[in-house]
Amino acid sequence: MSQRFFRLPSVRPSLAPWTYGFIVALAMWIATTAYAGLGSAGATVASALAFGAFSVVVGTGQMLVVASGPGNIDLSVPSVLTLAAYASMTVMHGSDGLILPGLAAALALGAGAGALNYLAITALRLPPIIATLAWSFVFQSLAFNFGGEATLKPPAALAGFTALQVGGLRVMPLAVMALTLVAALALRRTLFGRRLLATGQSERAADLAGVRVGRVRLLAYMLCGAAAALTGFLLSGFTGGAALNMGDAYLLESIAVVVLGGTSVAGGQANAVGIWGAALFFNLMGTMLNTFHLQAGVRFLLTGTLIILIVAIVPRPRAA
Amino acid sequence: MIATAPPSTAESTRTAISRRPFLAVRDARKHYGAVQALRGVDFAIAPGEVVGLVGHNGAGKSTLMNVLAGTVQRTSGDFSVGETAIDAWSPHRAQGRGLRCVFQELSLCGNLTLAENTRVMHRALRGFGWRRRAGDAIRRTLDAIFPGHGIPVGARVADLPIGARQMAEIARAFSVTDEPVRCVILDEPTSALGHEAAEQLLAYIRKAASEGVACILITHRLDEIMAVCDRAVVMVDGQVTAERPIHGLTRAALVGLMGTIEAQHDRSREPTAAPSGAALVVDDPGRGPGDLPIRAMAGDIVGFAGLDGHGQRERLRALYAGGRRGPRPVAYVAGDRGTEGVFALWSIADNLTIRSLDSLRRGGFLSPKAEAELARTWAERLKVKAPSVDTPILSLSGGNQQKVLFARALASDAEVIFLDDPMRGVDVNTKQDVYRLIRSEAAKGRCFIWYTTELEELNNCERLYVFREGRAATMLSGAEIGPSRVLEASFGGGHD
Repeated sequence: MSQRFFRLPSVRPSLAPWTYGFIVALAMWIATTAYAGLGSAGATVASALAFGAFSVVVGTGQMLVVASGPGNIDLSVPSVLTLAAYASMTVMHGSDGLILPGLAAALALGAGAGALNYLAITALRLPPIIATLAWSFVFQSLAFNFGGEATLKPPAALAGFTALQVGGLRVMPLAVMALTLVAALALRRTLFGRRLLATGQSERAADLAGVRVGRVRLLAYMLCGAAAALTGFLLSGFTGGAALNMGDAYLLESIAVVVLGGTSVAGGQANAVGIWGAALFFNLMGTMLNTFHLQAGVRFLLTGTLIILIVAIVPRPRAA
Repeated sequence: MIATAPPSTAESTRTAISRRPFLAVRDARKHYGAVQALRGVDFAIAPGEVVGLVGHNGAGKSTLMNVLAGTVQRTSGDFSVGETAIDAWSPHRAQGRGLRCVFQELSLCGNLTLAENTRVMHRALRGFGWRRRAGDAIRRTLDAIFPGHGIPVGARVADLPIGARQMAEIARAFSVTDEPVRCVILDEPTSALGHEAAEQLLAYIRKAASEGVACILITHRLDEIMAVCDRAVVMVDGQVTAERPIHGLTRAALVGLMGTIEAQHDRSREPTAAPSGAALVVDDPGRGPGDLPIRAMAGDIVGFAGLDGHGQRERLRALYAGGRRGPRPVAYVAGDRGTEGVFALWSIADNLTIRSLDSLRRGGFLSPKAEAELARTWAERLKVKAPSVDTPILSLSGGNQQKVLFARALASDAEVIFLDDPMRGVDVNTKQDVYRLIRSEAAKGRCFIWYTTELEELNNCERLYVFREGRAATMLSGAEIGPSRVLEASFGGGHD
């Protein structure tokens, strides 16, 4: 017997939830430009796109997990990212010829980590939040103990690719945009996408409609792990090597960009494109607060406040 | 109002209750939206009287009980307790008047002990040492009703087996602290009790009645009604259709009273001679003694009948799960639309095609055109009333949502389709449309395994398994299928 005690009058403009990320990102950009002058406008966007691309890759993986049903979340993302970065650095050993094996190693490790996550959830009946957090400690200590030579430099070609520009445009963000389009297409036009969203809405209904619910979730977690690993691989190329804390920022961010991007935490509804808006917002907000030359403490305070504020004003996708 | 003349059946009832009824409702009605659960019920019970309330699933027994107990507010109708006319009613007020209720789904809190659960009901158990006094109170009642029960009153309810929980629920309803118990409503109180405990309860009900406590007993076990009740009240379709004193009433007559209304003896399906050599598509060996093997051929419509909750759905699920592992494609039409059927965020088209996605791929990707085509075709065939197949499923009426779920199964490649009581709450016209469709699809060689709680639907089947206590106990086929035979089999074989 669900009773609605009151209903807020709908005074908000009826914009799709996922557009809010883009709108607030634009606002941050305008504020930064207004403060720092027009000359920096282009550079601000370019850097937001470059850093945002990493958040988008992690977020896209997280989106698949979140969409697979209420309660599903992958908190091992940062440690998988870190571990994959170390593993691929070790495999490549700074050699251009080993880039593909390094990438393959990272992806395999990520997918494996995702499979372990799902296994713990389903076999031990742990809530995803606990299972993935527990694994994340394991992955993190593996990275810590078997990380290998942390001083290893990424292969020149990988570092070159992550910073590559053609005609003034960075290539990597464009490649990630292509990835976003692939993800959006997959959600709408592939069996996996459709079954994922069905499972996320109602596991029982999906099961009775002939969906192999377990396989769908397993694949979602594996893809999430692989996405985190890919981010680790690219990030280590971009920043000149692996570091133990390289994944830290992506715990909150991977989840926040998914939610701000218009994906329902209740599951069954996902938006790949919206993640870009949210990722740009995050990075532009960082730039803006930096430009204002605020103290670190104040910056964190404002970051938190802004996130809460914006999540609060975005209309949540309704799970009817 | 004192009837002195020798009473007819209806009159005799009035004699019983004319000694100042403890509780009476007149013309009680309850609507849930368009669904009428109670359509004008008159009911009364005198102190010390034991009334058996019988009827089919969905006849309104539980609604009536909930109205009396205050857990559901009636839409209209007069209600009086003792001399007082009651306007607003709540479980709390009901309790203050000495009216208690034993719920079928049990109302004890699993995380609390038995003693603590007793305190929940009895406000008088307060102050220092309440836990001990609550334990004493419930132990006394348990000992009185179920001597030798062996239930520790300090145990967490969730840790008790289901039978013990039911005993505890019953004992709590009869337990006394400050307020005396005047009337107890028992809804299927013996469903989880063993034979001995059930006998003990019946004996206690008689004893309580002799001390002036009125009891309303709702049960599908007619023998219990015959054993303890003074009067039987039969409900059909939200109305009281008969009241009889138990004295002089036979069990068979009682079954007859319940069945007559729904009797539709014209069978809408002639047993078609299944094409010889039709493939055996369902072959289940049965679950031990007393359980029939379940077999079905291509083109069969096989019914699962019996009282609700006697293992039909579980078996249907098991057959479906088994079928998915097998070589023949299967589909399932859920009856519980909200939680097991519809995908709430999706359109009609998305909901309809989810089972058939494999065949809608063109070059690895789902083809929107093929999807729309399939959805339109089947939405039209089932006459789904909606502006387009892109309409959100939740904007449809329940019946139309159900049609979409049917379409999902029928549009698929499934050779065996499991129907899980899919017609609950669906209007008559829709039903007729769907029955026709099921029959025509069966004629094309599809097999339907159909669990239903509505007797008339069984007329569509050429063979029935009647379930009792988790087992497929009886098989009926062809002309044997009729409401009375089904009822007999449901209750464990008539009056022999």
